[in-house]
Amino acid sequence: MNTNDTLIPHIGVVTDIRIDTPDVKTFRVNAIQADGTVGGKVFEHMPGQCAMLSIPGVGEGMFSITSSPTNKEFMEFSIKKCGCLTTWLHAMEVGQQITIRGPYGNNFPVETELKGKDLLFIAGGIGLAPLRSVINYVRDNRANYGDVQIVYGSRSKDDLVDYQEILDEWMKDDGITVNLTIDREQEGWDGHVGFVPNYVKELNPSLSKTVLICGPPIMIKFTLAGLKELGFTETQVYTTMELRMKCAVGKCGRCNIGDKYVCKDGPVFRFDQLDELPDEY
Amino acid sequence: MQEAIISKAKQLLADGTVNRVIGWKKGEFAYDITPAIFESAEEIDADFVYDDFTSANVSKYLVKESKKEGKILAFLKPCDTYSLNQLIKEHRVNRENIYVVGISGDGKLDAEKIKAKGITGITGVKKDGDTLKINTVYGEETMPVAEAMSNKCLSCKSKKHVIYDELIGEDGEVIESDRFDMVEKLENMTSQERYDFWRNELSKCIRCNACRNVCPACTCENCVFDNPDSAVQNKAAADSFEENMFHIIRAFHVAGRCTDCGECSRVCPQNIPLHLLNRKFIKDINSLYGEYQAGADTISKAPLNDYTQDDCEASIVHERGVE
Amino acid sequence: MLKISLENLDKLFDAVAEKQTLYIPADREDGASEYKKYESGMKLSKNLNTLRSAKDFFFPQTENLADFKMEGKKIEVIDIREESEDFVVFGVRACDARSFTILDKVFLSEPVDSYYKNRRDHGTIVTMACTKPAETCFCGTFGIDPTAPEGDAACWSDGENLFIQANNEKGQAFIDSVASLLEDGDTSKLDEVKAKAKEILGKLPLANLSTESFGGDTLMEHFKSEKWAELSESCLGCGTCTFVCPTCQCYDIKDFNTGHEIKRFRCWDSCMYSDFTKMAHGNIRNSQLERFRQRFMHKLVYFPSNNNGEFGCVGCGRCLSKCPVSMNIVKVMKALEVK
Repeated sequence: MNTNDTLIPHIGVVTDIRIDTPDVKTFRVNAIQADGTVGGKVFEHMPGQCAMLSIPGVGEGMFSITSSPTNKEFMEFSIKKCGCLTTWLHAMEVGQQITIRGPYGNNFPVETELKGKDLLFIAGGIGLAPLRSVINYVRDNRANYGDVQIVYGSRSKDDLVDYQEILDEWMKDDGITVNLTIDREQEGWDGHVGFVPNYVKELNPSLSKTVLICGPPIMIKFTLAGLKELGFTETQVYTTMELRMKCAVGKCGRCNIGDKYVCKDGPVFRFDQLDELPDEY
Repeated sequence: MQEAIISKAKQLLADGTVNRVIGWKKGEFAYDITPAIFESAEEIDADFVYDDFTSANVSKYLVKESKKEGKILAFLKPCDTYSLNQLIKEHRVNRENIYVVGISGDGKLDAEKIKAKGITGITGVKKDGDTLKINTVYGEETMPVAEAMSNKCLSCKSKKHVIYDELIGEDGEVIESDRFDMVEKLENMTSQERYDFWRNELSKCIRCNACRNVCPACTCENCVFDNPDSAVQNKAAADSFEENMFHIIRAFHVAGRCTDCGECSRVCPQNIPLHLLNRKFIKDINSLYGEYQAGADTISKAPLNDYTQDDCEASIVHERGVE
Repeated sequence: MLKISLENLDKLFDAVAEKQTLYIPADREDGASEYKKYESGMKLSKNLNTLRSAKDFFFPQTENLADFKMEGKKIEVIDIREESEDFVVFGVRACDARSFTILDKVFLSEPVDSYYKNRRDHGTIVTMACTKPAETCFCGTFGIDPTAPEGDAACWSDGENLFIQANNEKGQAFIDSVASLLEDGDTSKLDEVKAKAKEILGKLPLANLSTESFGGDTLMEHFKSEKWAELSESCLGCGTCTFVCPTCQCYDIKDFNTGHEIKRFRCWDSCMYSDFTKMAHGNIRNSQLERFRQRFMHKLVYFPSNNNGEFGCVGCGRCLSKCPVSMNIVKVMKALEVK
């Protein structure tokens, strides 16, 4: 059979592993070219889209692509250790091959609804992973967007994913404000302390902003409530979802919220779209 | 019988002895009866049914129900009382929250057996002496009642209720049954014949888990076969070996605890005689460790959990393996 | 219409089986019927339908997707797919025939599932009209006429003869391949048989079951219904309904280490199972109520919402006879019906 099937994966090579936090690592993945050399990307994607990564015999799982599509050299995945597959991935060494298929799902509407807008990114913990793709896409296409504000919180300073990139790059960009917060006081931290939802309320962002939010469900819930109190409407807030997936193409039947499949119709949803769906996520 | 059960249920609800009743609800046809919980006399009047097709053993539901607020009334047939007793023995139910009324369970009918006669379009079934009169959209059909009797009732082991708070009608006796006949037949086969018999049967399995989920002895909160971290979780057989082993492992797990209620075979959508695996264990336990009926009481020591000096030696397995 | 005498049916089967693999519903020793690979002398079952549905031909319970060889840090992907051989499934009932159209909507929509499509392309479905529907039948509810089944070619029996007609080119090719055994026949007796079957269909207990209360626009109303608690209380959480269902298509993908290589296989899965949506950090459908609701919402609301109003049920009645506690889609529909 010479037709391709999305269920048959490609091979990717892990070419760099960065330790972000005690339980998050960022993996750089390159393709194997026709001549056998390692380099370039396995496929192109848009910010917010995902890929199925697998170690045969261990399992396969959906991960958001953390790197921006504007990065033409490689893809990156920031992965938190929390189950069987992710534990295996965390034990990998550089040079390890993995299987990869995708890209799957929709993307944040960077070329349509978000264009020309002031953007407010709100992330908690590993929730920064899918937003990082958008943030770097926006930074690389700076003229297409207005003001950018990033509110990012974690349990502690050590749990801030991509901390070095935030300090070295994002904070130094013109027109980007980064507000970091951690849950509890910590030695060596003179920044804000407190939970993300409260911090967002304190910051009292302008209602003109379009919001992109990702983090633990409980953070999303309280942040959304806070935003509504400030006067934001659900039509200006986007989020990205994660449910158990097997096929990633809307056929295996498990990642639905009502009649929408997260793998195919999502993972990116605007809150007014979620309002019309059952609360099963 | 149904009338007496309904009035007993209403009486116990009314006097506050119980706040719920677990029984059965009538369906669309004569035979599709569903276990159900009733909370009022109105609900009972509307849907409660107890008839010749009411086979389902409701004792397993009591694992969950007896942990809720208030007492629940359960109507148990003799065979069902063995299941409840075993659950009490294993500390799976809260006995204080259950009020048991023993009811007779003489000869349940199996709709599949009627359909197997080619009778279809069934709209009603009535017993007339030894004859079953079946109304269908194609006209009336008849067949002997005995031929429509469910397999589990055909080899009934006891008409005695081993646990109850109250009885409707007279209690019966433990009876001599021919329930080990088929096991003996299988034992007398050559190992190849026996292997072929079980391969043929078990290869029909679709791994729906109905046997496990209905089994009153299978009450683990998270079955090893459902646990993604167990390494044996499999929804389908990766090979025929696994297909066989699923049922054999399950039979081992319930050995000494299976009361022979017959629900596994009753619910199997592929008509696999799963109860024969369990009966083989029961028969072996009887002959190797002395007569034992799981669920007959709540205090006796289970032979497989209890060491005595008369226990057979481990070599018995080897000796029996020699043809 | 072209016909062959029922006495000569085995000649027809032999002729077909000579050229390609033929499957027919045949009786097992326990009286139930199932599709079996035809061998000379095998008799067509007289049962109304097979215990398992015909979906297995295109969506088998287990199938190998790919193999992997692991060596050090290297992984080799082995595409194990092979072009399927041509095959014929004879005697498919109208309900099961319609189930293929429903499965097509899932597996043939982009991205096309090549495993399914391969079998679909190579399989010819020859259907058989019903003359003696059962009390559990309700295909009419979904607009299916069991006296005029879909499929590549359709057959009717008048008790003496088998009549056959093509519904498309594939069906015509099938008929052409056995043309020498067929002759023109008078259908007057067949018309009587059909009329009688239609009369019976109107008398079936579920003849008036309606889908009017369901569809995509009823999503939140049904999802929030208080009836689910009562409907699901008896559910054992087994997968019987799912696995006998001709339209249930959820699957799992798992790896199996043979010791030599890793086999990635796909197998049927059930939304009724507790681990169906279980993730490392939790489960969105923790209770049987939620899982039970998912299955029926999918068939009656979500599927039509995504497929121009088409329901994910064909009324074959298998779940009605096979559910261990006799809880089924008909009882759900009646309970949720908006009167």
